[in-house]
Parts: sequence; C-alpha cells; structure tokens
Amino acid sequence: MISGLIFYMFSLVLIASAMAVVFTRNTVHGVLWLIFAFFNTAGLFVLLGAEFLAMMLLIVYVGAVAVLFLFVVMMLDVSVVKNRTDWMRYFPFGSAIAGIMVLEMAVVFWGSSQDTLAQEFIKNPVPEGVSNAQAIGLLLYTDYVYLFQISGLILLVAMIGAITLTLRRRSGVHRQDINRQRDMDISEVVTLEQPKSGEGVNV
Amino acid sequence: MFNIGISHYLVLSAIIFAIGVFGIFFNRRNMIVILLAIELILLSVNINMVAFSSYLGDMTGQIFSIFILTIAAAESAIGLSILVTYFRSRGNIEIDTVSELKG
Repeated sequence: MISGLIFYMFSLVLIASAMAVVFTRNTVHGVLWLIFAFFNTAGLFVLLGAEFLAMMLLIVYVGAVAVLFLFVVMMLDVSVVKNRTDWMRYFPFGSAIAGIMVLEMAVVFWGSSQDTLAQEFIKNPVPEGVSNAQAIGLLLYTDYVYLFQISGLILLVAMIGAITLTLRRRSGVHRQDINRQRDMDISEVVTLEQPKSGEGVNV
Repeated sequence: MFNIGISHYLVLSAIIFAIGVFGIFFNRRNMIVILLAIELILLSVNINMVAFSSYLGDMTGQIFSIFILTIAAAESAIGLSILVTYFRSRGNIEIDTVSELKG
C-alpha cells in the first residue's frame, strides 16, 4: 500500500518533469527539469531494490552529465528559444507517433505480464546475504570484466573525440615556443654597450 | 491498484520513451533539447532493465544498466562537442539548417 503510493508519487512527478523537459522554452529550465526527472528515477530504483544504480544515477547524471549540459547551454547563449511560431508543424505528427507507441507498448506489457517463461532464462540470480553494490561487483569484475574494460575504452574515445572536436588554434595569441627560445642566438637580440660617462647610449 | 507489478514499471518506461521520441520531433529549433530527449529515452531503457532485474531476481539487468549509463555519458559528451562546433560555424543551433553541412 505505502510502496504503491510511493511508486505513483515518483512516477507521476517523473512523467510531469519529462513533459516539462520537452515543452519548456528555456533550455536552462529544461536541463533542471531533466535533473529532477533523474532524481525521481533514482527514487524508483531504490523502490526496486537497486540502491547502487540509484546512487550512480544521482552522482553520474546529476553531478556530471547535467552539469556538462548546463555548461554548454550557458556557454552558447541560446538559453531561450525565440519565436517558436511553427510549433504546430510537428505537434500533431509527433503526438500521434508517441500516442500510438505508448498504446502498443502498454497493450504488450499488460498482456504478457502473467508470462512466467522468462523465469527459465535467469542467468545470474541475485545472491543471498550480500548488499546490492556487492552483488553488482561480484558480477561486474568477473563475468563482465571485458565489457567493463571496453566501456572504459569507449569513455576514453569519447574524451579524445570531445577534445579534438572543440580544440581550436586562435590566431593572434602569443604562445611559448620552447625550441625557438632555446635555439635563439643571443647576439641577434642583445647588444652589449659600454657607455662612456656623460654620453649615454646611441640606440 | 496499489499492488505494483512489473507491468506498472514497463508502462511507465513506455510513457517516458514516448515523451522522449515526441521531444525529438517537437523541438526542431533547439538541438540541446533533442539531446535531453535522447537522455530521457536512455533513462526509460534503464527503468525497463532495472524493473526486469528486480522482478525476475536476475542481476544481469543492473549490470547492463551500468553499461547503458556509460554509453549515455559518452554520447552526450560527443553530442555536446559537435553542438559547440556547429554553433561556432553557424551561430545558432537550429536543426533545420544542419543539412547545409553536407559535403
């Protein structure tokens, strides 16, 4: 009863904030609504018994990805979309597709909910007597260690890709060139004078 | 009604998925909102995975949910850097003019 009420609270707020992400005109508000949606999803994950994933969703998404989005939104200075006059152009098409999609998936999910066939295909049953984080670690670093390494490699590729895409050489900026400094002949740039007293230096 | 089964979670994830797809169609003027909608779609996939993992008693769903999170982070980083590059060359982020980038 109580967990049902909590489920409905989290899921209604989640749906409302997802709608707000899509419909808001201010992109900064959109990112903040997305953070709110992730927060409610973390609540649902706790309800499902996946505490580690809930915390990871909060730390990775709210802490890193959403802040990255906020950075870009504020850097680009496009926070408010002006003159959205043609919003009716894609509204009927998009809402029709989305509505049909929800209906079809709901029919399939409600119809197949009594199906017990999937019980035969359980590959890694939840171990008894260990916490959720420990159960994930027992699998992630043994059976799925290659996938774990490959996902680290994907993150590396994404990092290098993001740097190479956004790095640019501006002209007119003075940079230090170590080789040029080191190879410079001192007689070309410095002259030593011994001025006589009272005459000064002729430059 | 208050007895929550797996179907409740699956329908919730279907609704979130559809909102994300709708957001891609609807926001043609702002590429950042399209990236946010893609994040919503990946979030609905995560809800699906964790719901199955919890109700079937199988840890595999949560493991793959972690991998989905990783890929989503990489995807948003690459997408945002493409967005920054596009904004530098065009001065806006409207999706309707992206076809001008064709070689």
